[in-house]
Amino acid sequence: MNSTPSPGLLLSRREFLTTAGALVVGFSLGTVSDLFAQRPQEGAKLPGSLASTPMLDAWIRIGADGTITVCTGKGELGQGIKTALIQIASEELGVQPAAIKLVTADTRTTPDEGYTAGSNSMKDSGTAIQNAAAQVREILIGRAADKLTVSADKLVARDGFVVTDDGRRAAFGELVGDNLTHVRAQPQSKLKDPRTYALVGKPLARVDIPAKVSGGAAYVQDLRLPGMLHARVIRPPSYGARLRDVKVADAETLPGVIKIVRDGNFLAVVAEHEFQAVVAMRALATNASWEMRNRLPDPSDIYGTLRRLPADAIVDLDLNGQAAAPARRLEASYRRPYQMHGAIGPACAIALMKDGTLTVWTHSQGVYPLRKSIAELLHLPEDRIQCVHAEGAGCYGHNGADDAAADAALIARALPDRPVRVQWMREQEHAWEPYGPAMIADVKAALDADGNVVEWTYDVWSNAHSTRPGGAGNLLPAWHLETPFTQPVPKPIPLPEGGGDRNAIPLYKFPNARVVHHFIPSMPVRVSALRALGAYANIFAIESFIDELAAAASVDPVEFRLRHLDDPRARDVIVMAASRFGWANYPAGKGRGRGFAFARYKNLGAYLALAVDIEIDRESGRVKVLRAVAAVDSGQPVNPDGIRNQIEGGIVQSASWTLYEAVSFDTNAITSTDWGSYPIARFADVPGNVDVHVIERPGAPFLGTGEAAQGPTAAALANAIANATGARLRELPLSRTRVKATIGA
Amino acid sequence: MIELNVNGRPQAVDADPATPLLYVLRDHLALNGAKFGCGLGQCGACTVMIDGKAAFSCVTPISALPGRKITTVEGLGTADNPGPLQQAFIDEQAAQCGYCIAGMIMRAQALLEANPSPTDDDIRRHMMPNLCRCGTHMRIVRAVQRAARTMKNVKNGAGVNVTTK
Repeated sequence: MNSTPSPGLLLSRREFLTTAGALVVGFSLGTVSDLFAQRPQEGAKLPGSLASTPMLDAWIRIGADGTITVCTGKGELGQGIKTALIQIASEELGVQPAAIKLVTADTRTTPDEGYTAGSNSMKDSGTAIQNAAAQVREILIGRAADKLTVSADKLVARDGFVVTDDGRRAAFGELVGDNLTHVRAQPQSKLKDPRTYALVGKPLARVDIPAKVSGGAAYVQDLRLPGMLHARVIRPPSYGARLRDVKVADAETLPGVIKIVRDGNFLAVVAEHEFQAVVAMRALATNASWEMRNRLPDPSDIYGTLRRLPADAIVDLDLNGQAAAPARRLEASYRRPYQMHGAIGPACAIALMKDGTLTVWTHSQGVYPLRKSIAELLHLPEDRIQCVHAEGAGCYGHNGADDAAADAALIARALPDRPVRVQWMREQEHAWEPYGPAMIADVKAALDADGNVVEWTYDVWSNAHSTRPGGAGNLLPAWHLETPFTQPVPKPIPLPEGGGDRNAIPLYKFPNARVVHHFIPSMPVRVSALRALGAYANIFAIESFIDELAAAASVDPVEFRLRHLDDPRARDVIVMAASRFGWANYPAGKGRGRGFAFARYKNLGAYLALAVDIEIDRESGRVKVLRAVAAVDSGQPVNPDGIRNQIEGGIVQSASWTLYEAVSFDTNAITSTDWGSYPIARFADVPGNVDVHVIERPGAPFLGTGEAAQGPTAAALANAIANATGARLRELPLSRTRVKATIGA
Repeated sequence: MIELNVNGRPQAVDADPATPLLYVLRDHLALNGAKFGCGLGQCGACTVMIDGKAAFSCVTPISALPGRKITTVEGLGTADNPGPLQQAFIDEQAAQCGYCIAGMIMRAQALLEANPSPTDDDIRRHMMPNLCRCGTHMRIVRAVQRAARTMKNVKNGAGVNVTTK
């Protein structure tokens, strides 16, 4: 299935186009020595997260019995990170993947790598583990050289031993001794030559899937601690509602009820069994009287509201160059509504307060920032709190995970010595999670007489794309306490990562370009990080407008993109996606349309281009995605099937956001409270076929991939609808109502 | 006490008869497969089989279940010795976060018991009640097709090599 990567040779475009049928095509960036030249230089900062956690034994620990423990500060979110990190470590250590025990984010045992977010895990943790493993291997080889009196260059590490070519060997466990690897990492590592990789770059079955298909304890929801109790929280009916009064007598006498916890507007109940907690929660909700406050904005004018709110204008790009005279000007405005993470499993956490020390099992994306936040919430020193990551349902960003951990912590404090498990109800998950922010993008451009873009002006309005905990003020239950914490005024995430302006700077070469991020600090609806952050809306806007410009210039949209790009890796994914899709030979038909889009995630992560083929039912306006074909360049792929799985999933998820999803609310409360009032794609709605082609770049740095498909998918769908109907939709979602309205009765 | 038959074994459960089966499976019987997703019969994460038909365990009270056969994903095999559908999901790597997968497998099992040779359209139609948020749908359809082939091979005595990794 895979063609062989060809380091040292640059495949010609013709060669790669003739490797038809291959799902993975090998490329190289140049010679192997060029590739190694990209590695960290002497005196440079340490690679990846080694920069913040430099001791080798913080990452790789080898026991006297030869057991190998690899620690990462990142967590498994369903993206397959455990498997990929095991591949990297076992490759450099020369052992089988099964020989590695991987420990994920835990404030007591692993490095602090902040959040598992932003498609940064391979770049941060993967790079750190790769280099740490290589350096540990070389230390072991050095020790073995002394022990066996053999020159180090005659030794290799294989299956837990350092072996000589004449058959002598020394086990890792006997070499490691005391503190041998308790040393600072060096900037430079003797990394394996990618041509010799046995594991990296090859598909490896995910280590977590067998338990997940057989009812193993795979999630925080599945943990059962001795003596564990079950809790439910009774949330206010709307943001800012005040608990006037609650009659607890009915609930207190219900079977199994242990305790009712109230602190201001924070109300929870604890019971022996889970369903008893649910019944008691309902009884308390019935007997609670709330004063409604803080009305939400008029949903029919949400974009007007956002434009009128005070905003800080941040100039991201101001480029003034020589160009031909403008011959034609275009402008358009694009909109993206609030959209939700919509985890299938509502937020859950378990907390245990024992001997003044709190342990929290959580599916938070950042155990260290969570620990800091809970310390502030409970007025406990951080060293009395341990936060342990345990998998939850896929989160796709900052959802209710941290809030549930805070719920559990508050309840456990009131009930010491017994573990307390809290899980949110569906309506709580839907109504209280922080959504992906609504956004507006205004874009103007000028074409010269030859149809080239000579001026580009882009203005994007957005709330913050991160209100993650870094203090108690961003934890939902903290707002409801008798002595509440208030949410801090958010700050924009600076480029190159960016928040509302992530991917607001196009990768295209425009001689004159101005990009301004209008950051709106005040948040009428609770928002935070949703997969791809602002990149989803920005790429939707930019790549839709590129098609509008191509149409105005009467140039094929793929050709138009290539004309404005000189990054060869960008061009490669575009050419490959177009060729594998059959762009040039697309059979136009009634109600059918093709759409194309491209982006490099954050302008520094994976390159991705895709083409979609759609059919529109003129009666209903329903868009059926017949197929999607993507090409992705993630640098050196670690687990190519993992990349394909992430991109396939990203395309399907983004198609759901793009065609169906918007959080609904009225001036009192969120009204998207279940899957009926916030529908997402079901089996009948997902594409007929999705093909993902991975371009290999042996030895090149890992590029973040997990969020790369979100933006391009949205734009490709909008472009396909325009291609099928002749009408341009600029407001998400591209719902059947909107499609139907554009094509008329 | 209510007598339930779960994965072929009788179980006496001390719970309110109005308790949905899901909570009894998870909380009283310590079975992890069926998951809480919505409690409303909208997402299918809690899907089990009752007398061979897929059912939402989150909205099925245990009072309705004495004398009926309940099958959860644990009843199909283990991580070390997976059943054909479980193996097919492993072979196709048909999971991302995997939270929905046990429910998917149980709904697919009910399909394959009734229709051993489903088309892709049959599978998509049958799987409609179950939601996946990671977008693993295409792999799930492939896994169900793979399991259908395996099960037929086993039935025909041809299926020695059921795992193709």
